[in-house]
This record gives sequence, structure tokens and C-alpha cells, in this order.
Amino acid sequence: MIQVEHLTYQYPGAERPAVEDLSLEIGDGQFVAVLGHNGSGKSTLAKHFNGILHPTAGRVLVNGLDTSIPENALEIRRTVGMVFQNPDNQIVANIVEDDVAFAPENLGVPSEEIRRRVDEALRLVGMYDYRMHAPHLLSGGQKQRVAIAGVIAMRPKCIVLDEPTAMLDPLGRREVITTVSRLCREQGITVVHITHHMDECVGADRLVVMSGGHVVADGTPEEVFSRVEMLKDEGLGVPATTELLYQLRQAGMELPLGALTVEDCAGVIARALLG
Amino acid sequence: MLKDITLGQYFPGDSVVHRLDPRVKLVWVVFYIAALFQATGLASYGVMVLVTAGCVGLSHVPPKALVKGLKPILIIIVLTAVLNLFYTVGTPVVQIWKLTITYEGIARAFFMVIRIVMLICGTFLLTYTTAPVALTDGLELLLGPLKKLRVPVHEMSMMMSMALRFIPTLIEETDKIMSAQKARGADFESGNLLQRAKALLPILVPLFVSAFRRADELAVAMESRCYHGGEGRTRMKQLKFAGADYAALALGVLLVAGMIGLRVMGL
Repeated sequence: MIQVEHLTYQYPGAERPAVEDLSLEIGDGQFVAVLGHNGSGKSTLAKHFNGILHPTAGRVLVNGLDTSIPENALEIRRTVGMVFQNPDNQIVANIVEDDVAFAPENLGVPSEEIRRRVDEALRLVGMYDYRMHAPHLLSGGQKQRVAIAGVIAMRPKCIVLDEPTAMLDPLGRREVITTVSRLCREQGITVVHITHHMDECVGADRLVVMSGGHVVADGTPEEVFSRVEMLKDEGLGVPATTELLYQLRQAGMELPLGALTVEDCAGVIARALLG
Repeated sequence: MLKDITLGQYFPGDSVVHRLDPRVKLVWVVFYIAALFQATGLASYGVMVLVTAGCVGLSHVPPKALVKGLKPILIIIVLTAVLNLFYTVGTPVVQIWKLTITYEGIARAFFMVIRIVMLICGTFLLTYTTAPVALTDGLELLLGPLKKLRVPVHEMSMMMSMALRFIPTLIEETDKIMSAQKARGADFESGNLLQRAKALLPILVPLFVSAFRRADELAVAMESRCYHGGEGRTRMKQLKFAGADYAALALGVLLVAGMIGLRVMGL
């Protein structure tokens, strides 16, 4: 799906590159979470996935197309949809359904087909009943779901979400995460979810941790979160469940660290206690 | 204060007026204004008031909303009335000190106020009953022939719909900034005009900075959704003339003709 080969990117006027010699491959249908704190280069990386930024060195291929060639831009952008942090700044129309129609309209899709795609996209994110609403009257989570629908209406193969939950309350965050994971499981859309919330990475197929423009860990969430010391050295911390298991282990209990959900964690502890 | 800006606010509805083609409504507003300026006497103004009331009635827009829309231009209305009242030459009715109110002045002030009020109501009715996107779409199509003269019609209509889209967002933001400044002791309510204008500066600066940042992010978001200008663009909602649209156009022409007739007759 997306291949990143020795990517280096330096912002104009910056002293050091935001992303340095980074290689990564994202497979079809995967749910990939990219975790890192501010300044780790994760958003810069995301902006390379659909050619908003062009590599200073190295290259990024989307389905074999080089993102730095201007002629590929349209094809790449319809393949890789992008959802941004601030929902207010990515909604272009005054009515929900008109906003969702924006991308297919740009692609020159015939009107009846646009109508079908818009209805379908709105149903997929659970916003169909709000199709005639004004976006500025919706909650943050609802706005972000509209933004996701606006991307789905392009029928992309991959959606990149650049901190889509950073400006939302806990309820809105849950709405967005469940919507996105459903899209990945049921529609087979590849999802790249950029975030700095540990708990949002728990359900991912793969977790990539970034720091200082490099990938510092890459694997399943269970594997990555088991490396508690390393994550702490990076100033990232771990989900509360892993933290609890880690503390208990430090205190001398024999426990595996891989249990991420509350249920698994409780099960592991119960089993250990019952011997 | 900020809540009073109603231009570009759309009242969703399903009335006859709502369903009209935006192009027809735009043309109708032009007809309406042309007709309004033909009005000279009681009879012709009467017709216009009836037409306006009829349109408002058909649109199901609450008249309260229209009155609210008039508030910001109250000063202009009052000023027009006063100036016309005192500065029209004719038969004196009352004389206070050096100011004379004439019979003609009263009539003129009255008609001028009605004219301004109807002008505002008519145009507001357009924005109240037409979704901004439909409005800019209509405008783009109406001005379409100008594209041949290299007038950037699509770009202009896109800019307009963006501006309309961001009015509520920016108003919300202004309120937030004002609250933040008030919380730190800023005073927007007292002092003379100059002092109050100065007090607004700390609001405008952050507002502008954030508007530019928004514009930047919006541009990236639009490009990410494959926006590449008006070329090869299609529309989900295609505009089509229906029976009601032709009828409305005919009525509009009739209105202008009728008003010109009334003017010729001096009514």
C-alpha cells in the first residue's frame, strides 16, 4: 500500500530534519497506529503519505506511484484520504451532505453516483440522520465523523488520520475510534492512525512508535507495550493496564505484560492469584 | 452584538420559496429591486409591500428573524428618515427653531424608510431561504458565460461559499477571544467610540492570526480531497428548472412591468 524508503524531510529554515532516514511499509487492510509525542515527526510523516509534503531525500510510494511527481498527485490523493486534527478547518460546506460530496465532485463523478456515495459514506459513519444539518452545530466527534465520511466518499484504499481525536472530549474520541476501526474491519480500508494517546493504539494490528524523527519501536501493540522501560525512556508511558502489570511484576509477581484490555488484564491477574 | 450578524444564515425549510432554483431567486431579487425603485406613490408602494409580505408568507421564514436582521442597520434607517424629514423643500407643516418639517418631507421619509426596509427584507429573504452553497452555485452558473472572458467565476464563487461557511466559526472564535480578554480585565463596553475601537484591537490581532492559520489548514484539507480548481468538477445537486421556476420568472417580469406601468400613471 504505502512504502516509505529512507525518507528524510527538513522543513525550510529548520536546523535539523523532522524525519530522518525513515523506512516503513504499510500493508493492505492493516490498522496501523503511529504513536509519538509532539515533535516526534509523526505528523510530518503522515503528510508524506498523500503528497502534501515531498521528501527532501528518499521517496514515498503509494501503490507504486512516487508522491513527488506532480502528475501522480490526484491519483495518490484519491487512494489515500486524510483526516486532520481540527474538524472545523476541513469542513468546506454549510450542509453536512454537501461537504461529504465535495471530494467526489472534485473527481468529476456523475451526480447520481455522488448521491449514492454520499448516502453510503454517511451511513458508514453513522451520520446519515444528520445529513441536512449545519456542521458548526454538531459536536466535535460528530464533525470529525463527517470529515471521515467526506474522505470515504472518495472510495480511498487507505485513510490517514492525523491526530483526529486531539481536540475531542472522551466521548467524541470513542466515537471516532470505533468508527475508524469498523471501517478497517468491515470495509477492508487500510487505516493509519497518528496519535499520542496510548489507549487508542490498543486495538491496532501494528504499532509504530516514533521519537526524534526515527522509528523506535514497531510491532503488535502487545509486543511494543511490553517494552515498558524503553517507552518510559522515550517519555511516552504505557496504557494503565500495562502499567499495573509492570508495577506488580516489579513487586515480584510472575505476570506477562501483553494483556492490554481491562478484561485481559483482570484475567491475567486473577489467574496469577489463583495460582 | 456579534449574534446580530445574520447575513449568510440559512433557515432550513421546505417551502415553495426554498425549493425555487437559486438562479431564479437571484434574478427575482434583481427584478424585485428594479420594481422597488419604480415605486413613487402610495399605490405602487402598496403593491410592493403586498408582494414582500406575500413572499415572506410563502417562505415560512419567521418575520421575527427578518426584524432581527434589520437591527444592525437601524441607524441608517433613522438617519435617512431624519434627513429626509428636515431637508425636503415643500409645504411647511411644523417649524421648530430653524428646522422645518414639510408635508413632502414626511411623505418622502416614510417612503424611503419603507424602501430600505423592503430592500433589506427582500435580500435577506434570499439568503434565509437559499443554502449559501446553492446561492454561490447559482451565481456561478448565472455568471458562467463570463468564464469565456477569463473572469475567474468558479474561484470567486468558491471563495464566497468559503467565506459564508466560516462566518459562524469565526463569530464563535471572536466570542471566545472576547471572553478570554474580558476574563483578564479587558473592557469593551465603556468609554467613547475611539476607546472602544482601541479595545477591539486585541481581539482583531488573534482573530486574524487564527484566520490565516485556518485558511492554511483548509487549503491543505481541500487539496487532500482532490480539489484542483473548477475544471472537470461535477455536482451532486444539479440545478434544474421546474414549473414553479418558470412561473416565478413570469411573475417577476410581470411585477417589473406592472410597477413601470404604475410609475407612468404616476401612482
